[in-house]
Amino acid sequence: MSAENQASVHVHRDDVATKMGMWFFLFSELLLFGGLFLMYSVYRYTHQHDFHIAAEGMNIFLGTANTIILLTSSLTMALAITAMQKGKKILSLSLQIITFLFGLAFLVNKFFEWSAEFREGNYPGSPILTAKPSGQILYYGLYYTMVGLHGVHVIAGMTVIAFMIRFTIKGIITKDNYVKLEAAGLYWHLVDIIWIFLFPLFYLIT
Amino acid sequence: MSSNSLAVDKSGNLPSYLIDEGKRKGILAWLLSTDHKRIGIMYMIALLSFFAVGVTLGFLIRLELLTPQGTIVNPQAYNEFFTLHGVIMIFIVVVPAIPSIFGNFFLPIMLGAKDVAFPRLNLLSWYLYVVGSIMILLSIVLPGGAADTGWTFYIPYSVRTGTNMIFTLTAVFILGFSSILTGVNFLTTIHRLRAPGMGWFKMPLFAWSLYATGWIQVLATPIVGITLLLVIIERVFGVGLFDPTLGGDPILFQHMFWMYSHPAVYIIIVPAMGVISEIIPVFSRRTIFGYKFIAFSSIGIAVFGSLVWAHHMFAVGMSNNAEFVFSLLTFLVAIPSAIKVFNWTATLYKGSIELEPPMLYALAFIFLFSIGGLTGIIQGALNVDIYLTDTYFIVGHIHYVVFGGTGIGIFAALHYWLPKMFGRMYNKKVAKVAFWIIFVGFNILYFPFLILGWLGMPRRSYHYLPRFQVYHVIATVGSWILVLGLIIMFFNLLKSIRSGKVVTEKNIWGGESLEWQTQTPPITENFVDIPVVNEAPYEYKQNEEEFLEKEEVL
Repeated sequence: MSAENQASVHVHRDDVATKMGMWFFLFSELLLFGGLFLMYSVYRYTHQHDFHIAAEGMNIFLGTANTIILLTSSLTMALAITAMQKGKKILSLSLQIITFLFGLAFLVNKFFEWSAEFREGNYPGSPILTAKPSGQILYYGLYYTMVGLHGVHVIAGMTVIAFMIRFTIKGIITKDNYVKLEAAGLYWHLVDIIWIFLFPLFYLIT
Repeated sequence: MSSNSLAVDKSGNLPSYLIDEGKRKGILAWLLSTDHKRIGIMYMIALLSFFAVGVTLGFLIRLELLTPQGTIVNPQAYNEFFTLHGVIMIFIVVVPAIPSIFGNFFLPIMLGAKDVAFPRLNLLSWYLYVVGSIMILLSIVLPGGAADTGWTFYIPYSVRTGTNMIFTLTAVFILGFSSILTGVNFLTTIHRLRAPGMGWFKMPLFAWSLYATGWIQVLATPIVGITLLLVIIERVFGVGLFDPTLGGDPILFQHMFWMYSHPAVYIIIVPAMGVISEIIPVFSRRTIFGYKFIAFSSIGIAVFGSLVWAHHMFAVGMSNNAEFVFSLLTFLVAIPSAIKVFNWTATLYKGSIELEPPMLYALAFIFLFSIGGLTGIIQGALNVDIYLTDTYFIVGHIHYVVFGGTGIGIFAALHYWLPKMFGRMYNKKVAKVAFWIIFVGFNILYFPFLILGWLGMPRRSYHYLPRFQVYHVIATVGSWILVLGLIIMFFNLLKSIRSGKVVTEKNIWGGESLEWQTQTPPITENFVDIPVVNEAPYEYKQNEEEFLEKEEVL
C-alpha cells in the first residue's frame, strides 16, 4: 500500500459515533443535575411549608417569559438543522443566530430577575434571608445553585452555537456534513429540557 | 503524515508509532499528538510520576507512625500527608490508571481499530488530567497548605478548614471531567469501531471491562462533580445546603459523595480485572473459563456497585430499614466478583501454566484481591461494621483492594504489555525478584492493619496507644520492603525501555487477541489492513487440537 493510500484512509468520519458520543455526554450532564434534583426533593420533603412560602415570592412572569424564550430557541435550533439538511445555508445561519440571541435574552431576563431578588435581600448570607426559617434559606440556596448552574450551561450552549455559526460561515458545516450542528442541537435541547424541569419546581408548584 | 516518514525499513516493517512523528517534530509530536498510543504513553509518564509522589507520602506516613507520639512531622502536616496520599492515589493514580494508560493504548488495537472514536477529545482528557493534577500540586505549595480533611472531604470540616480546599476540590472536579470524557470516548469506540466480524462476544474481556467502566465513569462521576462543586459553593457563598445551622444536612453530603465514590471503587477495580482476564488465559494456554459470565459479571458489578454506597455510612445514623437493604446489596455485589475469581481459577485448572512475571502478578492479584474482598464482606455485616467503622481494618481493606487489586493489576499490565509498547524486553529474573519483594513487603505492611483495626486502632490518628506500637513497627518495616521492591521493579522496567533486549516478534507471549497480531512496537494507525475477526478470543491451538481429537472420537 502506498503512502498516499494510507493518508486517504486516515480521514475517518462516523456521524453515528459523533451523535452517540454526545448522547453519552448528555447522560452525564443529566446525572450532574440529578444530584441537585435529588437534593431538591429531599429538602422539599423535609421543609414543605417553607418551600411553599418561598416559591410564592418568585417572579412568575419573568420565569414564564424565559420558558417561552428557551422553548422557542429549541425550535429555531431544530429548524436551523433542517434548513442545513435542505441546503439553505443562509436560512440556517440566520436561525442559528436567532437561537444565540434567544439564549442571550434568557440571560438578560435572568439578570433582571436576580437583581430584583438581591434588592429584596434574598441572597445567601444576607441578614434578611438568614433571619428567615431554614427551609426558605435552603429554597433560595437551591434556587441560586440550580438556576445558576443551568445559566452556566446556557452560556456553554451559546458558546457552542457561536462556533457553529463560525463553522457555517467557513463552510465546514455543509448540506452533506452537518453532524456538528446536530450535536450542538442535542446539547441545546438538554439546556432547554433542564429548564423545563426547573421552571415548575421553582415557579409553578407553590 | 509525510510520505517519507512511512518509508519501509530493511526488514520490511513500517516505522513504529515511536518513530513516526507525523506532522510535528520533537516534543510537540507528543504533546499535540492525537494518536491513542502516544496519549497512552503520556498518561503513563504523568501517572507514574504521581504514583511516585503518592508512594513517598505513604512512606512518610508509615515513618511517622513508627512511634506512638510525633516522630518526624507535626499533626497538621500528618493530616495533610494522609489527605494528599489519598487524593493523589485515588483520583490521580488508580481511578484513571488502567483505562487511561492501557485502555488508551490497547483498546483500539484489541478492537481492530485505527484509533479511538474521538482522538482530539482524548488529547483534551489528557490535558484536563494534567491541569487537575497540577492544581493538586499548587494546593501544596501555595500559602494556606494542602487540604487536611482526608480524601473524603467530609462536611462540615471541609467547609471550615483554612487550607487550600478550593484548589483540591476543583482539581478533583477537573479530573472527574477528564474521566467522563475518557468514558464517553471508550463507550463510543466500543460501540462503533469494532473490526468487521467482531461481535460483542468476540471482544477481549479487557474491552468488556472497559465498557462496564465507561458506563460508571459517565453515570457516577458527575454526581461527585456536583457534590464537590456544592462544597466549593458552600465555602465561597455560604449557601447553607450542607450547613445544619442554616437547615442543610451534612449526612446528605456523605450520601452524595459515596454515590459516586463507591462506584468509583469499581472504576478502579473492574479494568484491573479485565487485565487479569487477559493474562490468565495467555499464560495458562487455555480458553478462558466462562467468557460470558466474566463479561456479564463486569456489567453486574457496575449495576450492583451503584446501589451499595450507604455501606460506608452504617455508623452515621440512617434508618435501620435502609441499613438492612444496603447490607444485603453489599453482600450481593460479592457474587459477580466471586464469579470472576472462580472463573480465573477454573481457567488455571489443567492449563500449562507459565510463571512469567505478568502471570505472577496476576496470581498475586487473585490472592490479594480475595483478602480485600473478604474483608469487605466482613464490614458489610451491620453489627460487625459498627465495631470496625473508622478503624485500621478499613484502611487495611482498602489497601488490599486498591493496591493489592488495582496496583498489582497495573504492575501486571506493565509487565505484560510494556514489551509490546516499546519493543524491548525487561530482565525477567530481576522482575521476578522484584515481584517477590513487593509481594512479601505488601503483606507485612498491610496485614497488621487488619489486626490493628480488629484491636480498635482508629484510622487517621496521629497519636496511638503504646500497646499498638508493635504492629505499627511491623507495618513500617513492611513499607520499607515494599518500597525497595517498587524501586527495583520500576528501575528494571525503565532500564528495559532504554536498553532492554530488542523484541521484534509480533506475538511476545503467545496471546490470541489482536494486539499480538500487529507489529512490535505497533505502527501508526495500528494495522496496515483492518483485520477481520472470525473466532472468539482466547482460542488456543492446544485446545483446538483437543477439540479436533474429540470430534474424531465422536
